[in-house]
Amino acid sequence: MREITLSKAVNEAIAEEMRRDETVFLLGEDVAEAGTPFKVLSGLVEEFGTGRIIDTPISEPGFMGMAVGAAMTGSRPIVDLMFGDFIFLIMDQLCNQAAKTHYMSGGKLSVPLVLRTNMGATRRSAAQHSQSLHALVAHIPGLKVAMPSSAYEAKGLMKTAIRDNNPVVIFEDKLMYQDKAPVPEEEYLIPFGVANVKREGSDITLIGTSSMVQVAEKAAEILAKEGISAEVIDPRTIVPLDEAALIESVRKTSRAIVIDEGHQSYGVTGEIASRLNEKAFYHLDAPVLRMGAMDVPVPFSPALEDLTVPTPEGVAAAARKLCAGEMIHAA
Amino acid sequence: MAAKAAKPKTNSEDYLRMYRQMVRIRAFEDNANQLYLSAKMPGLTHMYSGQEAVAVGICEALTASDKITSTHRGHGHCVAKGAEFREMFCELLGKEEGYCRGKGGSMHIADQSNGNLGANAIVGGSMGIATGAALTAKLQKTGDVTVCFFGDGATAQGLWYEVMNMAALMQLPVIYACENNGYSEYTKTAEIAAGSLPARAEAFGIESFTVDGQDVLAVNDLTQKLVARARKGEGPFFIELMTYRYHGHHVGDINREYYRAKDEEAQWKTERDPIVNFGKWLESEGLASSDELKSVQDEVHADAEAAVKYALEAKYPDGSEVDMHVYAA
Repeated sequence: MREITLSKAVNEAIAEEMRRDETVFLLGEDVAEAGTPFKVLSGLVEEFGTGRIIDTPISEPGFMGMAVGAAMTGSRPIVDLMFGDFIFLIMDQLCNQAAKTHYMSGGKLSVPLVLRTNMGATRRSAAQHSQSLHALVAHIPGLKVAMPSSAYEAKGLMKTAIRDNNPVVIFEDKLMYQDKAPVPEEEYLIPFGVANVKREGSDITLIGTSSMVQVAEKAAEILAKEGISAEVIDPRTIVPLDEAALIESVRKTSRAIVIDEGHQSYGVTGEIASRLNEKAFYHLDAPVLRMGAMDVPVPFSPALEDLTVPTPEGVAAAARKLCAGEMIHAA
Repeated sequence: MAAKAAKPKTNSEDYLRMYRQMVRIRAFEDNANQLYLSAKMPGLTHMYSGQEAVAVGICEALTASDKITSTHRGHGHCVAKGAEFREMFCELLGKEEGYCRGKGGSMHIADQSNGNLGANAIVGGSMGIATGAALTAKLQKTGDVTVCFFGDGATAQGLWYEVMNMAALMQLPVIYACENNGYSEYTKTAEIAAGSLPARAEAFGIESFTVDGQDVLAVNDLTQKLVARARKGEGPFFIELMTYRYHGHHVGDINREYYRAKDEEAQWKTERDPIVNFGKWLESEGLASSDELKSVQDEVHADAEAAVKYALEAKYPDGSEVDMHVYAA
């Protein structure tokens, strides 16, 4: 199978859906000729024109609000938010308007839009261009949240998002845009709410999101050399969450670590760990561990920034302790 | 572009419909206020009374497929865009037969089938939505025009300047209709708005107009012209409609002399009432007799009372609806 970058996968997904459905259009800052700072959208304006690949001023709340109104009236907009950190600027339009319109109208209006943005630290971009804020939107009922872990997921989830009749937020890890993965030439979609078992194992379950799936896979390789068999699962969407698949894995392994790049406190790791405690308690041999980003603003200095996110070695060390029974009474 | 035009308002039938629509709004609000005062309505609500000529003058210039976005003070827009009393009162009381199945209430009320994209409880929150609806109209060449209703208080929101800029750049068929009722919640507009509001829109190259919002014919005449031009791609436009809010910010804002004098309220009500003055004009022009106007009022009042009675007795949504409509299928 051919291998393409995550960037190319996103580009293909959008192009295919725009060819398929003429109500789909895209708007955001520097999306047309510039193709975004990450060049993810290069070539789209040449094919679809400036009427459907729309450059906007630097007015995030404005173009997000316009996307909501366009979606309510028969369009399927894709909003390009240059950095995930800018999500704070659009919170009213996303969370008070887009997320609630279907419910508040008693199901009469719907908001089929995609907000594509990014996440991920260690790009030396400091505290306002490095955050992973997916937990904030996952908290709001009415929004769906997808977190692709490779080019394959990026394409299949984007196509599903564009066809979904709800507001969907897709967080792409900006450090993965040039990572290649096998992606079929023929069309495919990845359904929301279906986790993917990336690696089977029997001693411990490593649940990772986005780039943390790679971290979990590398940790599993380290552990395999020590005779510890780790299962790696990628939920792919955190809303909806394939809780059943996660529970089934933990029933088998009886241990779990949840790894996610959002801040650890009040985040995705805590939510998933809590569900496993509630629904798989009697199958657990150890507490479910959370491994999120440190609860600090992301620092600029490489010497500091690299300390803030989970690493394969860190995950392997925690897994080792869990499997050895050392953390059953951890303080 | 599809050929669309609201009927010109040149005959007595049209004038009487406008009169009736204004009377309907006033009757709806009087009943809603009573429901609040008698503790029969959950929560509270914001009265449109006094501003009827704005909603009716504008909506009578629109077709059913033209879009509007509304505000927390949205009952008037909802009635004027074609909604029925029964579903509106049911919504106000949180009943299953309400337009939003009781999930929206007063602040999110809308008859969606008539192009009403919803009342909005965030001041200025619908400005992006209205502009986006106009973007759909442009991209899909529907010929629809969107009117974005908002109050003077909402002009303090930054969102408006962002979307006006984009609407002007893209020449979108949207009309920003600012109902200047003189008060931003509990504060005089003069204390929150520097300079002139039309000048703000003009700074983006948007043609701007100021009109007497108590004169339904003046509002309708201007709006018809602007809607026709917006359909031809000459938008966007801005209208400042000078009007007055008879009640407080909401129904519970009763003792309000600390920010608004009773004399001022009385003067607007006795001298500038949009319904009374339009009724006098209809009589003086020989378009309707006082008996005819009285019978319109009686019919509307009877309709409103029947709808209130129906809504009070209607059933609440089943508990199973609580997690329904979070996501669309």
